[in-house]
Amino acid sequence: MIRWLLLILGGALLGGIVHLASVIILPRTATQDAYARLAPVAPVNSVVALPAPTPEKAVMPFMDPAFASAICLYDLSQGPVKLTVPVSPAYTSVSFYTRNNVAYYAINDRAAGRRVIELDLMTTAQHDQVPEDEEVTAADRLIVESPTPTGIIAIRAMAPEPGLMRVAQSTVAASKCTTQVEPARPQRK
Amino acid sequence: MRLLFGTLFGLAIAAAVGLGLTYYALAHGTSFGGLEIESWTAWPKTGTVDADPYARASISRTGRLPTAMGDGVSFSLKSDDDGKALDGRCEVVVAGITPVARFWTLTLYNADGGLVANSTNRYGFTSQEIVRRSDGSFEVVVAPRANSGNWLPTGGVDRYELVLRLYDTAVGVSTKAGREVPMPDVTTRGCP
Repeated sequence: MIRWLLLILGGALLGGIVHLASVIILPRTATQDAYARLAPVAPVNSVVALPAPTPEKAVMPFMDPAFASAICLYDLSQGPVKLTVPVSPAYTSVSFYTRNNVAYYAINDRAAGRRVIELDLMTTAQHDQVPEDEEVTAADRLIVESPTPTGIIAIRAMAPEPGLMRVAQSTVAASKCTTQVEPARPQRK
Repeated sequence: MRLLFGTLFGLAIAAAVGLGLTYYALAHGTSFGGLEIESWTAWPKTGTVDADPYARASISRTGRLPTAMGDGVSFSLKSDDDGKALDGRCEVVVAGITPVARFWTLTLYNADGGLVANSTNRYGFTSQEIVRRSDGSFEVVVAPRANSGNWLPTGGVDRYELVLRLYDTAVGVSTKAGREVPMPDVTTRGCP
């Protein structure tokens, strides 16, 4: 009798470990996460406009129907990525997600403070290679560091009224996401 | 033989308990650090790198991209102020004001996070479209049948979820429920 009770207790304790392990491993094994849903429709390092969600079909769940959206699946292994997003009259935002769909940075038109949101996305290692003086002269150049070499950029423009959806769509469609092949530059001190 | 059976029994319990807990936690959207204001709940941390393992697992499982901090905050609502689950066959009134934000949207989703088909192709309201009273407050009627004013059709589904997204807002990780963050009241007015 005691033997079985011990087995149940041991099993339950082990179950707690199984639970924690499965929760931690799940993001790495999920086959239907946002990245997996977007990968078939979006080539790497280019902006792809997403169709507006409808009751029949939506690329991802919980999309906001008041927004026009586009995504750029990026890969920084060939060099940093330059992102240019024109700002729509209403509200425009750019959010950055890691390969495991965790948001690590977001900026909106007002925070960017100009008519075009322009920034350079790079890994920490690539950021370290940017010559220091260049960073100073380009002080208004916004640099974002990605924690993972691949990930998702979501570009979204709001249509506060249905009639403004066209404008929002053209805003996100005019965005650009391109790899900058870095010329080998001597490191200046 | 007894040892083998014992071990298998223990492992079976471990698997059942462990995976059962994981399934339960993810199906019920368990996550830490939720910001609860009246019946609305937001997880501002889920939109940051500080997202806890439960939030990460839930994001991966559902396939959504969370609203990032710096973009906005999204509040979800599954039951009215009396704790009654939102029912698409009933008439539910969402009335009041929202915390300060540059824009907000209110959207109705089914249990899977999809939009619900209806005759008017209305899936939600934005802060700009909504018809307000003279004091700035608004009233949205969420109901299966047409209503005057701000009518958000439910399409007659059993269960649904309302999501209120605040864009460009000061509401975030450090926000506490209080007078600065008023959320609209939600009441079920009548069920057939």
